[in-house]
Amino acid sequence: MDSLELIAMISIIMAGATVGIGAPVTAIGEGWAVSRGMAALAQQPDAAPVITRGLFIGVAMIESSAIYCFVVSMVLIFANPFWNHFVGLAGTP
Amino acid sequence: MDITPDSVVYWQSGALKINATLVFTWAVMALLVGGSWLVTRRLTTETSLPRAQNLLESIVEGIQGQIRDVTQQDPGRYLPFIGTLFLFIAVSNVLSIVPGFKPPTGSLSTTAALALAVFVAVPIYGIAAQGLKGYLKTYIRPSVFMLPMNILGELTRTIALAIRLFGNIMSGTMIAAILLSIAPFFFPILMNALGLLIGLIQAYIFSILALVFIASATRAHEEGKPDEAAYAQEETIDG
Repeated sequence: MDSLELIAMISIIMAGATVGIGAPVTAIGEGWAVSRGMAALAQQPDAAPVITRGLFIGVAMIESSAIYCFVVSMVLIFANPFWNHFVGLAGTP
Repeated sequence: MDITPDSVVYWQSGALKINATLVFTWAVMALLVGGSWLVTRRLTTETSLPRAQNLLESIVEGIQGQIRDVTQQDPGRYLPFIGTLFLFIAVSNVLSIVPGFKPPTGSLSTTAALALAVFVAVPIYGIAAQGLKGYLKTYIRPSVFMLPMNILGELTRTIALAIRLFGNIMSGTMIAAILLSIAPFFFPILMNALGLLIGLIQAYIFSILALVFIASATRAHEEGKPDEAAYAQEETIDG
């Protein structure tokens, strides 16, 4: 198997695996955060603005790790540096 | 498919490029500046005020209220910086539903520039509030061994700020484009609606996080002072 095929195969598998592992793990963490936030809201409805703001900021920070995974997989698919390098090599023999 | 609007080049001469990011950044800035110039040209203090003035006033009031809630300080000092960040990001994210508009926040260059602005603003506000010595002291808090951690934290949170905004907006446009090719007609509309919501939330998150970073640099020395009790009371009253 030549290097281009190998790079394409591994890139696509890893792009799927990145999101496939990164997103569910993040989702578990976010679910915990939201469930605790909802419990706090039910106990203290008076503190709703403070709790909601904290919840939003926390969830967005957790969410960013899933977003990193997505960015990495998008780079692997659409802007793969190794792919571009080897295509450049193959183009100028 | 373009992963970022940077790769769409409209005009090029040597090393100088005019790409979609630049064009749409200037479009958003022109819209914001022109719109507020038109409205603030004739302000009135009468009891009946024009609708546009009412809109701008409620936006500014809302941002002031949020800043006051988060920092427990006078919002005047933070309003220009935080308000500008929020309005720019929110307008460019919301305009992404306009066909042909590529949101400039979907490019890593724009978000990195915004994050760098926050990175520079933190020490400026910190030094202005508690002097150079007082600000540098926050790096060796709680002990000297935390110095590398504090510096590392400062750098990584800037990178995280940039990549979070870029990733969210880029994924929104990307998912809409992918869905358009596999299931056109209905699903892209739903994802665009979700994109609007996410865009506004990200604008809020970005400006609130910038505000939290700045506020933590300015008021580190006030910790443990007696007005802590006043803070707690104020928060319960607000709620």
